[in-house]
Order: sequence, then C-alpha cells, then structure tokens
Amino acid sequence: MPAERLLPSTEAEDLLALTREIARDELAPRADEYEQAERFPREQFRLLGKSGLLGLPYAERWGGGDVPYEVYLQVLEEIASAWMSVGVGLSVHTMSCFALAFYGTDEQRDRWLPDLLGGDLLGAYALSETHAGSDAAALSTRAVRDGDEYVVNGTKAWITHGGKADFYTTMVRTSPAGSKGISCLLVAADTPGLSAATPERKMGMTASTTSQMIFSDARVPTDRLLGEEGAGLRIALDSLASGRLGIAACAVGLAQAALDEAVRYATERTQFGKSIIDFQGVEFLLADMAAAVESSRATYLEAARRKDRGLPFARQASIAKLVATDSAMKVTTDAVQVLGGAGYTKDFPVERYMREAKVPQIFEGTNQIQRMVIAKELRNA
Amino acid sequence: MTNIVVLVKQVPDTYSERKLAETDHTLDRESADAVLDEINERAVEEALKIKEAGEGEVTVLCVGPDRATDAIRKALSMGADKAIHVSDEALHGSDILATAKVIAAAIGKVEGVDLVIAGNESSDGGAGAVPALLAELLGMPQLTYAHHVSVEGSAIKVDRETADEGITHLEANLPAVVSVTEKINEPRYPSFKGIMAAKKKPVETLTVADLGLDAGEVGLDNAWSTVSEAAPKPPRTAGEKVEDDGDGGTKIAEYLVGQKLI
Ligand SMILES: Cc1cc2nc3c(=O)[nH]c(=O)nc-3n(C[C@H](O)[C@H](O)[C@H](O)COP(=O)(O)OP(=O)(O)OC[C@H]3O[C@@H](n4cnc5c(N)ncnc54)[C@H](O)[C@@H]3O)c2cc1C
Ligand SMILES: Cc1cc2nc3c(=O)[nH]c(=O)nc-3n(C[C@H](O)[C@H](O)[C@H](O)COP(=O)(O)OP(=O)(O)OC[C@H]3O[C@@H](n4cnc5c(N)ncnc54)[C@H](O)[C@@H]3O)c2cc1C
Repeated sequence: MPAERLLPSTEAEDLLALTREIARDELAPRADEYEQAERFPREQFRLLGKSGLLGLPYAERWGGGDVPYEVYLQVLEEIASAWMSVGVGLSVHTMSCFALAFYGTDEQRDRWLPDLLGGDLLGAYALSETHAGSDAAALSTRAVRDGDEYVVNGTKAWITHGGKADFYTTMVRTSPAGSKGISCLLVAADTPGLSAATPERKMGMTASTTSQMIFSDARVPTDRLLGEEGAGLRIALDSLASGRLGIAACAVGLAQAALDEAVRYATERTQFGKSIIDFQGVEFLLADMAAAVESSRATYLEAARRKDRGLPFARQASIAKLVATDSAMKVTTDAVQVLGGAGYTKDFPVERYMREAKVPQIFEGTNQIQRMVIAKELRNA
Repeated sequence: MTNIVVLVKQVPDTYSERKLAETDHTLDRESADAVLDEINERAVEEALKIKEAGEGEVTVLCVGPDRATDAIRKALSMGADKAIHVSDEALHGSDILATAKVIAAAIGKVEGVDLVIAGNESSDGGAGAVPALLAELLGMPQLTYAHHVSVEGSAIKVDRETADEGITHLEANLPAVVSVTEKINEPRYPSFKGIMAAKKKPVETLTVADLGLDAGEVGLDNAWSTVSEAAPKPPRTAGEKVEDDGDGGTKIAEYLVGQKLI
C-alpha cells in the first residue's frame, strides 16, 4: 500500500507524482543489480538533478526549489523507498549545500550555489575522522593560512560520496582552541593534494561509496571559507540537525518498502492451507510494522513543520532520527521473519533492506548521541 | 513557427486494477488512479521536439471529466504551452464519433493549426479510431503509426511502421493529423521547474455548448453502439504438463498438431 500523504499544494502533489514515477521506473528496477555490483549510481543522480530534485529546500534565487522541508522530506522518503543508497545520497548532497546556503556571503552564494543546486554536481559532507566520530570536536585535520590559501593536511573518514563527489563541505582545524578552533571550507574535488582512499567494504548500501579523503598539502583558496574562522563546529552541527531529518525520512522509506514486500508475500504464501497473512501471529506482526512506519513518518513530519515555521526543532529532529531509524531496523528484521527462509536469501530484497537499516542508526550522530541531544534539552528546560 | 495541437487523454493507470461500471459498462474512472496516457506523453514529447528544433507553440487538448486537469498539468509541466479542456457532464459515455466531433470543434477554437498529434490508440477503451475520424472531420491528411516525424517547411514526413508492412515513408502537406506509436520516443520527465511553470500556463475550459455542439449529439444515450455485456477475463488454467521420457519433443509436436497449431 503506497504511503498516504497529506500534501500542502497541487505543486507538491505533482512533485511527489514525478518522484514516484522516477522511483518506480528508473530507481527501483536497478537497485538490486547496482548494490550487488557495488556500482555507484552517478547517472541516477544526474537524472534527479535534471528533474530539479538536487536543490529542493533551498532558495529559488540560487536555483533551489524553495519547497518546505515537509515536502522535500517526503520526496526523499519515496526515493529511499525505491533505493536507499540514492535516498541517503540525496540527503547527504542536500546537507552538503547547507553551509554555503546559510553561512556563505551573498558573493559566495552567487558564485557557487547555483552550481551546487543545479543538478550537475554532487556534494559530500566531511566532518568525521577516524579518532573523532561521536566526538567530532576532537577533529585534527589542520588548515594553515598561507597568503590567500589554506594548506590542509589530515584525513577525513567515512565520507559518503568520497571520491565521487564534486565538492566537499569540510570541517578543518584552524586553531588549537578545541571546539572553537574549527572552520568550514567548501573544497572542490579537483583541489591539488586531495585524494580518496580505497572505499570501505560495507555491510549494506554497497552502491554508495564511503571512503577516507586524504588532504596532503591541499591548497584551498581562503575565499572558500564559509562563515567565520572558528564557526565550523556550529555550522557542522546546524547542518546535521537538518540532515538528521533527511535520514529519518530515508529510514521511513526503507521501512515502508520492507512492509510492502512483507504484506505482498504474506498475502501470496500459503501454509496449513491458508495465506500466512490470515494467521494472527503474522497479521499482528504486520500491523505492528505498519504502526512503526506511520508513527515514524508522523514524527519526522512534525519536526519538519516546526523547522518550516522557523521554530526550534533540534530535539524533535533527534527524536525523529532515533525513532525512525530504530523502527526501520525492527521493521526490516521483521520483514525477513515474515518471508521465512525466502527472506534470508538474496532472491528477495528484504535481507538487503535489513542490512541497509543498520547504518542509519549509526551515521549523522549515533542513536546514543541522539539520546544525549534529547536529554540535554530535557536537562536545560 | 509550427502550431501544434496534441490530443491527450486521461486513462486509468495500467499499474492499478481497472474495472467497468456495473450499471452502464462504461469505464469506472473513479476506481483507479488516473494518469496521462503514456502514448500521449510520447505525443507531447514529439510535439516538444518539433518545437525545440525550430519554433512553435504546443497546445494540449483534452476531453474528459474535471479530474483530467491532472493529466493536462502533467503535459504542461513537460513543456506544453497551453491547454484546452473540454469538460461537460453531458459527455459521459460518449462514443468515438462524439469524441471525435467534440475534439474537431475544439481544434476549431485554435487559430492556424499546422499539426495535430495523437496517440495511435489509447490504453483504456482504445478504439484506435479517433485520429482517423478527426482527420476526416477536419479534412486533413492523416499519417498513422508514426515512429519518426519531421517537419520540413510546410510538409511533414513520417516513417510509418507496422508489423505487416515494415516501414513506409509518408509525406503530406500541413496541416495534417499524425498518430504516433509506442516506439516513437522516450518521453521526458517533467522537472520541478516545469511543475512550477505549469501552474501559470493558461488552461481554457469549455463545455459542449461553448463548442456550438448540441448535448443531443454526445453522451452515452446518443452513442451509436453500446456495450451490452462485459465479463472479466477468465482466470488462466493450469495448462498441460508434458513429462519428458526421451520423447518430449514428439509429445509437444503431437499436442500442437492436436490444437491445429502445426
Ligand atoms: C556508511 C557510513 C557513512 C558515513 N558518512 C559520513 C559522511 O558523509 N560524513 C561524515 O562526516 N561522517 C560520515 N560517517 C561517519 C559517522 O557519522 C560516524 O561513524 C558516527 O558519527 C560514529 O562515529 P564512530 O564511527 O567513530 O563511532 P564512535 O564515536 O567510536 O562510537 C562507537 C560507539 O560508542 C558510542 N558512543 C560514543 N560516545 C558515546 C557517549 N558519549 N555516550 C554513549 N555512547 C557513546 C556510539 O554510540 C557507538 O555505539 C559515516 C559512517 C558510515 C558508517
Ligand atoms: C466500457 C466502455 C464502453 C464503451 N462503449 C462504447 C460504445 O458504446 N460505442 C463506441 O463507439 N465506443 C465505446 N467505447 C469507446 C470509447 O467511447 C472511446 O474510448 C472514446 O470515445 C475515446 O476513444 P479512444 O480512447 O478509443 O480513442 P483512440 O482512437 O484509441 O485514441 C487515440 C488517440 O486519440 C486521442 N484521444 C482519444 N480520446 C481523447 C479524448 N477524450 N481527449 C483528447 N484526446 C483523445 C488521444 O491522442 C489518443 O491517444 C467504450 C469504451 C469503454 C471503455
């Protein structure tokens, strides 16, 4: 059963119809093959770009779509439902445009933002380092000013689209002053001294590349500094608050796909002379899965509506990310259960969904870190 | 400047289950998701290609109920310039003759039409006859089964492809009616910008009376033919299994002879 959505306008309905058409005809049929071959879906991102989907929540002035998060996230959900790696990729791209869109000067935005949002380019967001994951403020990639350039040295880890992206929104250390010594640079992929390591060999989302990015005397012009020197961590965390909503939406899409597959199978499969969906033990499992999917959707939409109205939404975004990704893990695991032995084989997509559901509990702040964000607000209230 | 009218029809999505209404055996359009017929997306695409290759204006024309506005918006978001929507309660159950008459009258409202592009056959009640009737009513040449179209000056050239005859090359003077096949092109996806632009494009809504037609010429009651009965396709039977004990080939041949197939 496709997700039933309440959308705010006819344009939003048409946008979702377009998204579903692309998801159904261009993404879903290729997902399995690309995931198995670990092939990066660059052409698919180009199609999304051509269709205007790579800049949806940003201002029209710079080529964005000016759509509210409430709508953008539902587009994301539909795409992730067809192909998780592409959904997460779209979310990461959108997050990587955030720093320039909200912390860049008008001059910087006029110069680069139309390209970032225009659909031809793909972005990456580089915060983590091997020793600085949850404790991002401990990052140590150094940027030292030399005339009108920064000379950057260090290694960023776990970078989604590493080696494939056209630009890297990168957090670097410009002074030793802990969390106040971090700055944000918009680094072009062809920067001399920047290279990608061999991609990680992952459990899931194998079509999406994740790799370390190595900065070795990489020279980045100082006019690519976004915000003030020292504002980098705030920019990074601000980007993540919005990015997390994207991950929540992707997790809901993935869980919806698993639920749909489980319902389809349970309707067709018979045991003991009945469709297995007619056993209460299975029916209740499916009902719980549907409840998890729909309540997670409601949770991220509530956070998005707050953001769209300019209200604080960090707690709600963390709650949405926590709830939606934990739900997706449970729903995809249960989907494998509903399919029995078939679910454990690669002939059906649910084992892949289950592998894909694990990582949203980890990236963009582990679910332990989300609890810390939520608890901090409770404590300070 | 080529002034093109594309005929577009809203049909039940082939991805959803399609049903006939119990009472009058017309298509139950409410029971399924309605979409712009894919063959008409191809017709729109072809019109846009002609426009983009030179100069032109593309008007989409749709006869259908109120909710056909969704199909019209899709065509506009792909890039068509404007639309005419003929919508009237009296049209419910119209046959191909009435449909063609209405379309012809509506085309009469567009000034200086050079080219009318339609789908060969629609995917719902497909009679495959509307374009031919229309060519007759408008007194225009008709070029059918087009799988390649080019406009050269005041002439149109079409490669016509059918299973029996292979490819034939057709040429006619404009204005003309062209009907296209599934193979003609891959329709573009609209873009989000196209969706936003579609909102501002003019859509003229007309009734049967606006077209100078009489309600007595259209609708189910005035159809020249009626569907008296309809039955669902019988479910597929299990078929016959042939065990291969070394003579499988012979057994299959015997079966086919028995069915008078060989
Ligand atoms: C596929 C993939 C893609 C990624 N993409 C990107 C990207 O594009 N850009 C980017 O910058 N990063 C990216 N990351 C990195 C990701 O954000 C980090 O993996 C994540 O933040 C966790 O850091 P870590 O792996 O170092 O784990 P650690 O921080 O070492 O955590 C290990 C465990 O300890 C727990 N833990 C840590 N601190 C606490 C605490 N204070 N209280 C309780 N528990 C705690 C964690 O929850 C976790 O369970 C990606 C990771 C993966 C796997
Ligand atoms: C249940 C049922 C009962 C029917 N009963 C009768 C009947 O009793 N008598 C009878 O004669 N016919 C009957 N029909 C056929 C029905 O009237 C036709 O489907 C209708 O007139 C439109 O023609 P078509 O779709 O067959 O057009 P086709 O000739 O198959 O369509 C070719 C092209 O013409 C254009 N076109 C067709 N219709 C429109 C439209 N409304 N607006 C804009 N462009 C259009 C499109 O470009 C389309 O691709 C019935 C159909 C059904 C499903």
